[in-house]
Amino acid sequence: MNESRRSFIKKTALASAATAVGMSVPGSLVASDMKKRASFEGWRWDKSVCRFCGTGCGIMVATKNDKIVAVKGDPAAPVNRGLNCIKGYFNAKIMYGEDRLKQPLLRVDESGEFSKTGKFKPVSWQRAFDEMEKHMRKSLKELGPTGIAVFGSGQYTIMEGYAMAKLMKAGFRSNNLDPNARHCMASAVAGFIQTFGIDEPSGNYDDIEVADTIVLWGANMAEMHPILWSRITDRKLSNPDEIKVINLTTFRNRSSDLSDIELIFKPHTDLAIMNYIARKICYEVEDAIDWDFVNKNTVFAAGPVDIGYGMRKPDHPSFSAKERETVKQETSKTISKNEAVTLGYMGYKEGDTMEMKNRSSAGKHWQITYEEFKKGLEPYTLDFVAKIAKGDSEEDLDTFKVKLEILASNYINKARKVTSFWTMGFNQHTRGTWVNEQIYMIHLLLGKQAQPGNGAFSLTGQPSACGTAREVGTFAHRLPADMVVKNPKHRKRSEEIWKIPQGTVNPKVGSHITKIMRDIEDGKVKFAWVNVCNPFMSTANANHWIKAARKMDNFMVTSDGYPGVSAKVSDLILPVAMIYEKWGAFGNAERRSQHWRQQVTPVGDAMPDTWQYIEIAKRFTIRDVWGEQKIPGLEGGLPDVLPEARKMGYSPDDTLYDVLFANEKAKSFAWPDPVGKGFQNTEAEGDRRKVMGSDGKEWKGYGFFVQKYLWEEYREFGVGHMHDLAPFDKYHENRGLKWPYVDGKETQWRFNSLYDPYAKAEASTGFAFYGPALKALPSGTLQGINNKEKKGLKNKAKIFFRPYMDPPEMPDEEYPYWLCTGRVLEHWHTGTMTMRVPELYRAVPQALCYMNPKDAEKRGFKDGDYVWIESRRGKVKTHIDTRGRNTMPQGSVFVPFFDEKVLINKVCLDATCPISKEEDFKKCSVKIYKV
Amino acid sequence: MSKSDKKYSRRETLQKLLGSGGLFAIGGMAWAGYVDENKGTAMVLRPPGALEESDFVRACIKCGICVETCPYDTLELAKAGSEYPVGTPYFKPRDIPCYMCTDIPCVIDCPTNALDEDLVSIAKENGESVLDINKSKMGIAVLNTETCLAFWGIRCDACYRACPLIDEAITLDISRNERTGRHAMLKPKINNEVCTGCGMCEHACITEETSIFVLPPNQVKGKVHDQYIKGWEEGDEARIDTTKVYRDTKTNEKSTLDYLNDTESLFEDE
Repeated sequence: MNESRRSFIKKTALASAATAVGMSVPGSLVASDMKKRASFEGWRWDKSVCRFCGTGCGIMVATKNDKIVAVKGDPAAPVNRGLNCIKGYFNAKIMYGEDRLKQPLLRVDESGEFSKTGKFKPVSWQRAFDEMEKHMRKSLKELGPTGIAVFGSGQYTIMEGYAMAKLMKAGFRSNNLDPNARHCMASAVAGFIQTFGIDEPSGNYDDIEVADTIVLWGANMAEMHPILWSRITDRKLSNPDEIKVINLTTFRNRSSDLSDIELIFKPHTDLAIMNYIARKICYEVEDAIDWDFVNKNTVFAAGPVDIGYGMRKPDHPSFSAKERETVKQETSKTISKNEAVTLGYMGYKEGDTMEMKNRSSAGKHWQITYEEFKKGLEPYTLDFVAKIAKGDSEEDLDTFKVKLEILASNYINKARKVTSFWTMGFNQHTRGTWVNEQIYMIHLLLGKQAQPGNGAFSLTGQPSACGTAREVGTFAHRLPADMVVKNPKHRKRSEEIWKIPQGTVNPKVGSHITKIMRDIEDGKVKFAWVNVCNPFMSTANANHWIKAARKMDNFMVTSDGYPGVSAKVSDLILPVAMIYEKWGAFGNAERRSQHWRQQVTPVGDAMPDTWQYIEIAKRFTIRDVWGEQKIPGLEGGLPDVLPEARKMGYSPDDTLYDVLFANEKAKSFAWPDPVGKGFQNTEAEGDRRKVMGSDGKEWKGYGFFVQKYLWEEYREFGVGHMHDLAPFDKYHENRGLKWPYVDGKETQWRFNSLYDPYAKAEASTGFAFYGPALKALPSGTLQGINNKEKKGLKNKAKIFFRPYMDPPEMPDEEYPYWLCTGRVLEHWHTGTMTMRVPELYRAVPQALCYMNPKDAEKRGFKDGDYVWIESRRGKVKTHIDTRGRNTMPQGSVFVPFFDEKVLINKVCLDATCPISKEEDFKKCSVKIYKV
Repeated sequence: MSKSDKKYSRRETLQKLLGSGGLFAIGGMAWAGYVDENKGTAMVLRPPGALEESDFVRACIKCGICVETCPYDTLELAKAGSEYPVGTPYFKPRDIPCYMCTDIPCVIDCPTNALDEDLVSIAKENGESVLDINKSKMGIAVLNTETCLAFWGIRCDACYRACPLIDEAITLDISRNERTGRHAMLKPKINNEVCTGCGMCEHACITEETSIFVLPPNQVKGKVHDQYIKGWEEGDEARIDTTKVYRDTKTNEKSTLDYLNDTESLFEDE
């Protein structure tokens, strides 16, 4: 410890000792050292957030001479109080990798003309936008608004997501905007909307410090939400005997280390375990049901089971014969032995054929009585569930049963506050919406929801899947603030805020991310733009999509910071400004929206995403896009809204830039602005690089504070509509705010009248699940609707009965192993950033195939052996590991998806939850053999 | 990482360099002139199963077969003028660690038993001997708790996740972060008895200079006297070698008597 630090610490100790006894602190002790520290050698510190996961740790960034010189965890941030994980630790490094993209790149032939078989060469921004415009026009002309698509992201800043949502929905009238959050949170969203009528968790991270039992359902928090795990660990240490942690997982992972109970279950049987707990409540401990809560706040519901698996129909020409073996179940399947028990209430017997009649009405549901609900639970006895759910063949069945009983007791015990966490185990699931509904079923039956420490808490993976993708609505079916394109009232409200003619917004739901890929393969989408994600590496059944992007007649654009697979399969690559090189905001998993300012100039000629979206808007007039448009499946297509536009004062020659981004309201947000004093703003004023912009001229800025405009307009959607955000400037005074932000106060627990002003307005005491969506239901029995009359369910949540069903592809003789995929702590997603940090790369340079040691021995594999992992769809090779961080049960392997050299999504199956359309990356079957 | 198509080519190069045929001839004779009295080196990490250092240096004929046979390029032969006895195999985990092959090819292929199979085998109940890489004692990992990020409260534990004996050689010691009041410290802890010294931890450590590093066992091992038992830990006696007798204290009667009879020094100040 050097002398100055030693003396600093001594001084601080003296000062605090003085104040502790009420002495005024002598001037000599007052923090002159601390003041010096703050402006250490010309460094400027400013607050921001970590680039990575949904935990949303606060980071402070130090810049000097327009370069980032250091980061520190933000000690003032309530989430992490100055701590980070090792990904956050490297936030200063992620922007400076050697192969950072710095110029637009276009595939050209020898004569410099665009060619899909050409090689990438640097081009000017002007040329880049010329090509984009040309190909967008071509696709729009040939196919209409559904011919273009944008791969959006849960890593968009809120302003970027809002700008793209507006451009696509208000400008191009296309709903083919869907984020990679579809691959991550869609089932959670569907679970929220179905159950509560509104998206996003009721609780916040403080639930950790209050809960008595914390249950992890298929969520490896130790590696995936490291700082939250640190908080859970501390909670456990605060009272090790009383606080319980339970880890339900399909394989042993690092979260098992702290857990009191590790419960290894067979993939998909979470559906059964849920019903075991519910059955125990309803049949054995019925006084555990909080009838007051249930009667006041909930109704029971059921839905169809013949909903398919989100796959394409088996007659689709792109399938190989092998693929058809699995895909044929999309239209009909044979009822298995276990399903005969769990679907018996529908009249099915083992060997029967289930015709998938409700593929396109999978989310349909109706109200049932408690008696009906109870009937559905009947088969889920301890014996039955233990038998089908026990995942580790080496575990004793009786031990497993005891674990199930302890799990149930922890929920049922009235004195215990229980917080359930989940992430991808539930969401990436062919019945993901069902299992999300089921965890609410348990919490609602017990009256353990929307209270401190007591509630089901959906954890979000990405830094702004909440804040941007979901809240802004960058989905094929959504509009901002939980509104949907299908609802005419919602479209009208959006059109009013956007000041565009009624009838502009396309009412037909667009293509979700898997469908965009399928559309590209089918030639239905011929222009696609990848924003802030890497879908050609992160989408299952990747061989299909990679081939389609490269080989077919289309034009793919990727905007990214680093060259990944999506860039490689594209025709045009645009370099982007990365996180601290632009003004931005993220919203984390506990509804905390956090803002930051631009800290440094972007590298090379990279430009912020917002700028890219707004510049392309300059290339199209409303005449180009607001006339009549054909929409496949929409009778009459989209109307011509140009006459209405004229009445509103627009001219057909107005560009989308004029109308959507540089209108009167936008220009009223002046730059400079006091909130940005001393900070730069590439979009507003240009920067020292004098980048040659989309018009071939030096970029000098829009001349107004476009990011603040985007925020303040977006805010209008939510204020007074249960999604209240604070004014832009307010977020620069604190470490984020949890919405709804009403009358100067954050909302800690939603739907609880003690904490949530919206709930208080509905119910002076108790709860109000005030979400408005899907709150009028017909009624019936478990088998179906028998009374079409819709009953209103104002302020109520739904307790769903959902049965166990098999996934569409399970291990068999030819493909004997379950394949599960996921992440590791060291790497983020597809590794485009973290694999460029030499230290993180060295720590984990390769995705390994984690395998059970006995399985390996049986097959003659040694640790380190190079093997093929092959499914009906594709194969990749990597090395076996039987000793590492994950210990697999027999019959199961795990491969993380961060490594381009081990592109595991070539192997995975693009089956989805038919309601949420989220792919199931956690289960398919593979065979493994030596290379 | 497999080098199956380049097996032994390095040895051929060595042979060509020294211009003599015959595998064993190269070893002992050519290198003997460079080795200083066959002395070992304290601070070197040897392949698994290596004999005690001075024995190892004598037994190793510097043939390079272990280097060739290692699928990961972990081993190198020490060059003339380096700090290590010339021609002997060593590794630097920060560059390439030992990946703990369960079939231990380096040991199996060693022609002189400088890498001794017995040292990396365990006896089964039926008297058979089986290879067990976990028995190797290449070194022991040591943690610098000032630079180890986990001790700052940062969520790292990359070494722990990299360890092939996870939860045995490295465990996580958890404690509360008093500063934040709501987070925990997850601090790696090495079990000296179990750690094989493979160095996968050192390789994975993400600090600029590694905060966990492997040292040869004799540089790290301490020893508590066999005569003291932890009264609060049941069964602590198990760690001592009870066949050792408590030695009698030596006495030297002459010097005791000399001391007692010398009373003059008591009055020196008068």
